[in-house]
Amino acid sequence: MTALRPARLRPSDLARLGTSGLRARPMRAILAALGISIGIATMVTVVGISASSQEQLLRQLDALGTNLLRVQPGDSLFGDRVRLPKSAADMVRRIDGVTHASQTGETGVTVRRNDLIPSGVSLGITVQAASLDLLDTLDGRVRAGTWLNAATERQPVVVLGAVAAERLGLTGPDVQVWMGDRWFTVIGVLDRMPLAEEIERSALVGFPAAKDFLNHDGHPTTVYERSADEAVEGVRAVLARTVSPENPNEAKVSRPSDALKAKAAAAGAFTGLMLGLGAVALFVGAVGVANTMVVAVLERRREIGLRRSFGATRGQVRAQFLVEAVLLSAFGGGAGVLLGALATMGYARINGLPAVVPVWALGGALATTILIGALAGLYPALRAARVPPTVALSGQ
Amino acid sequence: MNILEIRGVSKSYGKVMALRDVDLVIRRGEMVSVVGPSGSGKSTLLQIAGTLDRPTAGTVRVAGHDVSRLSDSQLSALRARYIGFVFQQFHLSPGASALDNVAEGLLYTGLSRRQRRARAAAALERVGLGHRLGHRPHQLSGGQMQRVAVARAVAGEPPLLLADEPTGNLDSEAGAEVMALFRRLNAAGITIVIITHDTEVAMACPRRVRVRDGLVRSEIS
Repeated sequence: MTALRPARLRPSDLARLGTSGLRARPMRAILAALGISIGIATMVTVVGISASSQEQLLRQLDALGTNLLRVQPGDSLFGDRVRLPKSAADMVRRIDGVTHASQTGETGVTVRRNDLIPSGVSLGITVQAASLDLLDTLDGRVRAGTWLNAATERQPVVVLGAVAAERLGLTGPDVQVWMGDRWFTVIGVLDRMPLAEEIERSALVGFPAAKDFLNHDGHPTTVYERSADEAVEGVRAVLARTVSPENPNEAKVSRPSDALKAKAAAAGAFTGLMLGLGAVALFVGAVGVANTMVVAVLERRREIGLRRSFGATRGQVRAQFLVEAVLLSAFGGGAGVLLGALATMGYARINGLPAVVPVWALGGALATTILIGALAGLYPALRAARVPPTVALSGQ
Repeated sequence: MNILEIRGVSKSYGKVMALRDVDLVIRRGEMVSVVGPSGSGKSTLLQIAGTLDRPTAGTVRVAGHDVSRLSDSQLSALRARYIGFVFQQFHLSPGASALDNVAEGLLYTGLSRRQRRARAAAALERVGLGHRLGHRPHQLSGGQMQRVAVARAVAGEPPLLLADEPTGNLDSEAGAEVMALFRRLNAAGITIVIITHDTEVAMACPRRVRVRDGLVRSEIS
């Protein structure tokens, strides 16, 4: 008499067993998996769109660099605006590691299409004096026309930022605009400058011209500085003291790329509402899977009894239905991942973003569906294992 | 040696006594019919003999194993190795071929898929359906379907075959065909127990056991 020990089911046999019910009723399997698909598709899309937007901003940031610093006068102890010295940019340029430094100064006048428009209408455009090397420091480009040079910085000519030109309704140079109390000739329009949006909204003239035609006092209101990447922190530490030795705490130093970084971080954070909706769909999907499995167990009592008569143990019956639930759920999850990835690619294509679906999201989605399937299948599988073997013989 | 020993077995469902103090011993190589009207307890007797259910009192031994001392999974292993079942309604999977239906019966024996299919083909050959391996159940006659079910029961070469009204759903010709098959299998060494209320089937067996009101009334030798 030998010891009785049930043989183990091979994984391949278990997988075949787990799919047998699904193959027998494919339509039901599809409908049961639909809820899970929708949930996973929603979540993958939300994550994918966020990741794509973030990728876009990060690529932009990469292209723009993070080594630009900006100094602006803060408010003094008594509440009035502090003035930066006229030679602030020159002083900054002497700091170790600084490669470029330039400055701009607000003139307080407005720019208008003609002299009939009241001087109070600014369109949100600032008229600023700009040093000649501003474009180098900001890594900006002229879209049309030319930038200022040593000759034109003394003349009543103006270069418009991209947004400023748009707001004035101008597309190219060689038109006249009214600034202060006289005509200026537009000689150039700048490209977009994501790191210095205030320049996009500016009309720029040379410092000498600002002094001669717009009564500017020559004090800069912003100093831009670019250094080697590794020198940024060191420069930042001494920047305020350099431009305002007496009152270093009255100069505000900022890093424009930080704003872009924050924007990227915000874009990377998914909207909780959409994720919540996905989670609800997943939950409903799990209930659907559980329901389908309970029905399947009821319908297949005879099959279960027959398998028990073949020698299947309770554990093997349990495993069969658990695997079926997991496969059903994973099938839904796989379809959901595919749909989500397609939706992300579609969205990215329409909006000109790089399509990014993070690998962790795909892996996470599949792991989640497997977990959901196991949870949803647990109760039906336990019920299946409790079906008595005698049902194989009973006539009903 | 005894393949099946039932001693002092009772089975009650609530207040209903399905079997009362039954003794039945079946030796290896026998071919036995269990006859009785419906409600006589013969199906309960088969469930208990096949270890699908446990008795309320008494002992059951299958191939020497005392069933009352086995766990549920050991009982499963016992069924896989020692007992083949044939049912009145065949219980074939409609979507699967004859070969796959027979091979499915070997799923819990630990054989590989290739081995299961090879044995299934041999078993179908043995019941005279070697030319019907790829047929689905709906493409077969009733007698052929029951022969597929018999092939499934004997593919693992169990020493004991239990059949519950195997001819109940068949016309007399197909029934005779299945009975002839049983006699051939028995001649080859398999112990066969057939539950039936068909006297013709019962008469075809060398040994007959009559069950009535939960009691084994008489043995006709």
